[in-house]
Amino acid sequence: MKYQVDDKGYYGKFGGAYIPEMLYPNIEELRLSYLSIIDSDEFKNEFEELLKNFVGRPTPLYSAQRLSEKYQTKIFLKREDLCHTGAHKVNNTIGQILLAKRLGKEKIIAETGAGQHGVATAAVCALMGMECVVYMGEVDMNRQKPNVERMKILGAKVRPAKSGSKTLKDATNEAMRHWINNPVETHYIIGSVVGPHPYPDMVARFQSVISAEIQIQLQEQEGKNAPDHIIACVGGGSNAAGAFYHFLDNNDTNLIAAEAAGLGVSTGRSAATTQLGKSGVLHGSKTLLMQTDDGQVAEPYSISAGLDYPGIGPMHAHLFDTGRAEFFDVTDEEAMQAGIELSKLEGIIPAIETSHALAIFGKRRFGNEEVVVLNLSGRGDKDLETYIKQGKY
Amino acid sequence: MGIQGRVMNRINYIFNQKKDILNVYFTAGYPTFDDTIRVAGSLQDAGADMLEIGIPFSDPLADGPTIQESSSKAIENGMTIHKLFHELKDLRKHVELPVLMMGYLNPIIRYGISEFCEACQRVGIDGLIVPDLPIQEYLDDYREVFMEHELHNIFLISPNTSEERICQIDEWSDGFIYMVSSSSITGAKKGLESRQLDYFNRIDKMNLKNARLIGFGISDHASFSKACEYAHGAIIGSAFINQLKNDASQEAIKNFIKSIKN
Ligand SMILES: Cc1ncc(COP(=O)(O)O)c(C=O)c1O
Repeated sequence: MKYQVDDKGYYGKFGGAYIPEMLYPNIEELRLSYLSIIDSDEFKNEFEELLKNFVGRPTPLYSAQRLSEKYQTKIFLKREDLCHTGAHKVNNTIGQILLAKRLGKEKIIAETGAGQHGVATAAVCALMGMECVVYMGEVDMNRQKPNVERMKILGAKVRPAKSGSKTLKDATNEAMRHWINNPVETHYIIGSVVGPHPYPDMVARFQSVISAEIQIQLQEQEGKNAPDHIIACVGGGSNAAGAFYHFLDNNDTNLIAAEAAGLGVSTGRSAATTQLGKSGVLHGSKTLLMQTDDGQVAEPYSISAGLDYPGIGPMHAHLFDTGRAEFFDVTDEEAMQAGIELSKLEGIIPAIETSHALAIFGKRRFGNEEVVVLNLSGRGDKDLETYIKQGKY
Repeated sequence: MGIQGRVMNRINYIFNQKKDILNVYFTAGYPTFDDTIRVAGSLQDAGADMLEIGIPFSDPLADGPTIQESSSKAIENGMTIHKLFHELKDLRKHVELPVLMMGYLNPIIRYGISEFCEACQRVGIDGLIVPDLPIQEYLDDYREVFMEHELHNIFLISPNTSEERICQIDEWSDGFIYMVSSSSITGAKKGLESRQLDYFNRIDKMNLKNARLIGFGISDHASFSKACEYAHGAIIGSAFINQLKNDASQEAIKNFIKSIKN
C-alpha cells in the first residue's frame, strides 16, 4: 500500500487538505463519510448498474494490431473513449453524484478544462434531476465549443472564468469560490485526482474501475492479469490514476505518464509539471506546481485544454518523486502527429489529451513480447476544430 | 506595557486598551508599488487601530473580485515577498499599531517558512493570517516556528464551524479570532442580515478566551457599528480597496476611516 493515500491524507510528502476554514465542514463531512458510503453494497450496486447501462462498461480492451506492428510490441488500447459522453470522466461523475445524493446535496458545481468533465457532470445531473453549474475558462470555452453547447443542451449553466490564464486553473478557483459561497446545499464534483483530501483518493477509487477491468480482460486475452507497461496522459491525473490503480504496488508493471510540453519544456509555453514544477500548495493540496521564484502560480500552456494545468495530483507527484512512474513530456506537435497516426492505423480519432500518451511510442522502445496497455482516455470529436487547424493529415 | 519586564504583543495590548477595534486590510504594492508604507501611515493617522497587509497571490481562493483585482495589480506592479520585506524594513519607524500579514501559503512556502517568520519578526509584524493553513497542519508543522518568532496565528471561523472546532481554535489562538460574517468569499455586501446577527450572538455567548473581530462584508459605519455590538471590533477589506482604487490620497483615506468610525 506504499503508493496509496495514508491516514492523514498524504501520498508521501504530497496531499493534505489546505483549505480555507469556510470549506472545512464540507471537506470533513466528505472525509468522514466517503469510504463507508462507497463501500456499502447499496452504493456499489447502483454505481455498477449505472456504469454498465448508462456508461456502457466494461469498455473494450482492444488489441491494436497495426499500431503494434509499427512499434514492434504488443499494444492494447483500453477504450475509455467509448464511454458515454466520450471520456473516462463519467466514471467519476457517476460516483460523486451518487455520493452527493447520499449526503443530501441538491446542487452540483464543477470545473472543466476540455469540457469532458463538464459534459460528464451535466449528463449525470440531468440523469438525477439536479441543478448544475460548470465553470470553464474563457479560453477553453473558445477552443472546445462543441462541449460548451453539449453542457447547455444537457441543462447545465456554463459560467466563464475570466481571471488569470482563463483556463482550467482559473475555472477551479471560481468553482471553489462558488462552493465557499454556497457550502450547505452544494456538492463540488472535482474532475480529477486533485484538490484537498479526500478528493484525490475518492476520484482515484471511482476511476479504478479502469484497471480492475484491465486485469480481467488481459487475463482473458493474454493469460496474465498485469501488463508489462501501462501508459496514460496526465492533466490532473485521473485517467492515469484509474489505469494505474490496481498495479500501483505491483512492481512488475511499469507505469508511464505523458505530460503536455506545449511548445517545448524550455519555451516558457508548457504544462510539463514534473519537469518545471516545485513543491507548493494549490487548490487544497500540497503537490508539484509550476510557479515563479516568488511562489506565484505559473500560467501553463498546452494545445490540449484537458492538460493545460500547472499542477498534478498528489498521487502522481509521489509516483514521480519516488521514481515509481516514468514521466515523459510531449509537445503539441508530437501529440497531433500521434493522434493522426492512430486515426490512420486503427480507425480511432483520439482526444488530443490522449494523443499525448500515444506519442510515447515514438519516444521509448518496448520489447517485442512485452504487453503495453495504453489508456485511450477520450475520443476526438470535441477536438475536430483543432485537428482541422493544426493537424497535418 | 509588559508587567514582567517583557513587552506585551501589540495585538494583546490593543485589546486590553480599547473597544471597537477597526482593523483595515490592504494589499501590499497597491495601488502603486511603493504605496505600502504610505497607506499604512495614513491609516494610522486616520485612526485605524490595527493593520492587515495582504501579500499578493495569483490564485486567492477565498477572495472576491475586488481583492483579486488588487492582488493581480500588485503583482503587475512588481510586488513580491522579498520586495515587501525590503519596503517594510522601516515599518516601525512609521507605525506603532499592531500589524498583521495576510497571505496564502504557497508564496510563503516558496520563500521558506522560517525565513519568512524571521523576516516578519525583524520588520515588526505581530501576527499572521494564512487562510489556506488549517489548524491541524498549523499545529503539526508551523506553530513552533511561528512562536519562536513571536507571531500570533489568527484563525478564521464561519457560521458553519462547529462549536467543538471553535473551542479547539480558541484554545490554540492567541490574539483574536477572525469571525467570517457569512459563508462567503471576501467582498463588500450591503448590511448584515438577521441570521448573521444570530450567529454573532451564538458565538458571543460561548465565552471564548480570545477577542473576536468580525470581517467579510463590513463596508460602512452601519455594518461596522453593528459588528461592534457583538464582537471586539471588525475588519474592513474590500470596501477600503475600492476606496484606494478611486482615490488613495492621505485625505481620502482619512475621510474613509472617519466615515466608518462615526
Ligand atoms: C480525454 C481526456 N483525457 C485526459 C484528460 C486529463 O485529465 P486527467 O489527467 O484527470 O485524466 C482529460 C481532461 O479533460 C480528457 O478530457
